[in-house]
Amino acid sequence: MITASPAQPLSAVPSASGRYGAFGGVYVPETLVSALVQLEEEYRRARSDPAFSAELDALLATFVGRATPLYHAKRLSAYAAERSGRGQAANIWLKREDLAHTGAHKINNTMGQALLTRRMGKRRIIAETGAGQHGVATATAAAHFGLRCDVYMGAEDVRRQRLNVVRMKLMGANVIAVESGSRTLKDATNEAMRDWMASVEGTHYALGSVVGPHPFPMIVRDFQSVIGRETRRQSVEAFGRLPDAVVACVGGGSNAAGIFYPFVDDAGVRLVGVEAGGRSRKPGDHAAPLSFGTPGILHGSLSYVLQTDDGQTADVHSCSAGLDYPGVGPEHSYWKDAGRVTYTAATDDEALDSFTLLARTEGIIPALETAHAIAEAVRLAGQMPCDRHIVVNCSGRGDKDVDEASRLLGLREAGR
Amino acid sequence: MTRIDQIFSQLRGSGRKGLMPFLCGGYPTLGATAATLGRLGPAGASIVEIGIPFSDPIADGPVIAAAMHEALVAGVTPGGVFEAVKGVRGTTGPGLVAMVSISIVHRMGAGRFVAEAKAAGFDGFIFPDVPLEEAVGLAGTVRDGGMTMSLLIAPTTPPGRAAAIARACSGFVYLLSRTGITGEGAGPMVERLARQIVALRRETDLPIACGFGISSASQVRAVVREAGADAAIVGSALVRAMGDSAAAGRDPVAAAEAMVRDLASGLA
Repeated sequence: MITASPAQPLSAVPSASGRYGAFGGVYVPETLVSALVQLEEEYRRARSDPAFSAELDALLATFVGRATPLYHAKRLSAYAAERSGRGQAANIWLKREDLAHTGAHKINNTMGQALLTRRMGKRRIIAETGAGQHGVATATAAAHFGLRCDVYMGAEDVRRQRLNVVRMKLMGANVIAVESGSRTLKDATNEAMRDWMASVEGTHYALGSVVGPHPFPMIVRDFQSVIGRETRRQSVEAFGRLPDAVVACVGGGSNAAGIFYPFVDDAGVRLVGVEAGGRSRKPGDHAAPLSFGTPGILHGSLSYVLQTDDGQTADVHSCSAGLDYPGVGPEHSYWKDAGRVTYTAATDDEALDSFTLLARTEGIIPALETAHAIAEAVRLAGQMPCDRHIVVNCSGRGDKDVDEASRLLGLREAGR
Repeated sequence: MTRIDQIFSQLRGSGRKGLMPFLCGGYPTLGATAATLGRLGPAGASIVEIGIPFSDPIADGPVIAAAMHEALVAGVTPGGVFEAVKGVRGTTGPGLVAMVSISIVHRMGAGRFVAEAKAAGFDGFIFPDVPLEEAVGLAGTVRDGGMTMSLLIAPTTPPGRAAAIARACSGFVYLLSRTGITGEGAGPMVERLARQIVALRRETDLPIACGFGISSASQVRAVVREAGADAAIVGSALVRAMGDSAAAGRDPVAAAEAMVRDLASGLA
């Protein structure tokens, strides 16, 4: 007799070996394997420990400032209606992660990982950072728990995100400018992994996105999923049901994974990830592996990546330091191939336009990363009826980007 | 029996130890890699390891990472390294293993990569970023090609796991002489290494080669005589010597040969 087994829900990943369908895995030197095993064991123990959850929840409430609001962006919605040529558009709501302590969603993950660091008896924490938001969030958690902290940051990003470097140093972190390779996030990640190869027995590597070897993609997703869980509850409170669509920007993909994951099994909620379309679709001009890449292995896992035919990591470009990365989390690759999430790209120009648009319509200056999601949300809202609701993950605030954005806007003005 | 097996069998039969110099493929030039290959056997190398340049070598320290970067900037590809090796590879001489990231192997396809390496004259592979759990499919492809596969065992690897890794290897196991990345800074942790080798000998008959942090004849001696390894692997020091020599307008091939000759004095 043949019995039909119910299909596994899409959320039932990763497998015990850290796989999301074909993606994910653990491709690292053996030196790091015992630390990854230790981390997973400690994480699983922590997750079933009510004291851990209670402490994290209390920190998120009193230190991070959660729950962050779900805000109805009425003037942005009106703009989308005007732009649509149809006189109507869906309602755009912003999940205000920009209001979390340190100004972005990154703190949700670092507070969790700092608690794990303490549980493992490690006294030092290291991190990579692109835009500096994860670096700041790690420095913050380290200061809170009294841990030593070293942050690796590409030299190009140190220039682009000077303000965040100052913030990290203020909180006692040591910022190491990485001069190798493209001097951006990819190279900072290499250096953080090299540090961890030597320091693994007393140091925790707090990876900042849903990338890297298992169990990082799972742990970071889980810590960030507080965003999506709150959004579910707040949507029902605000407009009586789940949203019709959820939009988030995707670099490594942690803010997107955090808001998407609690909706993945709700087929009626459309999920849209927005990558960095950069200057053009040409190789080297963008940072959109899900849109233009192929499956490959980078930084410890199999996922869509921008690579040459020889397997060398390709050069990437984005105006946004947080999206300027050639890889993406393996769960996003899984969602893409399963057809569950639609991935698009917004260009540098569209992101810059949306950066000023949100500032002028709503009085909110978003991060340049977030501005990519805003661009797509306005486009999508214009295609939908006015009784529909779109939630955008407003993943970070743009104070850090003011210098760089005004430089880019000035260049653009000069070019016209 | 693969050539790697034969080499270790002969070494053991005569009570000798092996030296495994590492060259970065295409650094300072592909010509230098090819020319050096022919000179290292007489200088005392049992097996030569050639690193296939990779854009993101996370196990490598500044010397090898920079050499790989320079080689890539100069346009070196895996196919280019294979061609250069093929031109000088005889039927005799030292064994030849490729150290290559899984990123490259995956992208080219394991079957094609193994076939091309074999056609170029390689005898085996070291996969520095493939732990035991991800090695299953690769092991079959490598075995079918009649080649050897060496995985890493680290100081942080628990004994039971080390035994399982050794069982998955062929040719030799690659035991890291310390935590951390490749490079000359901290030397091998000889006492810890000796204990780990004793434990590993109870689990495997495969030869044990040690690398990372070994840069002088005295460190070679410590690893093969005090710690009891079958072979010592020297990478960064040799890559640096070749780079420095080329930068000073001298012959990097001669520099490599001289250094290997000196390192081989530590085997005695």
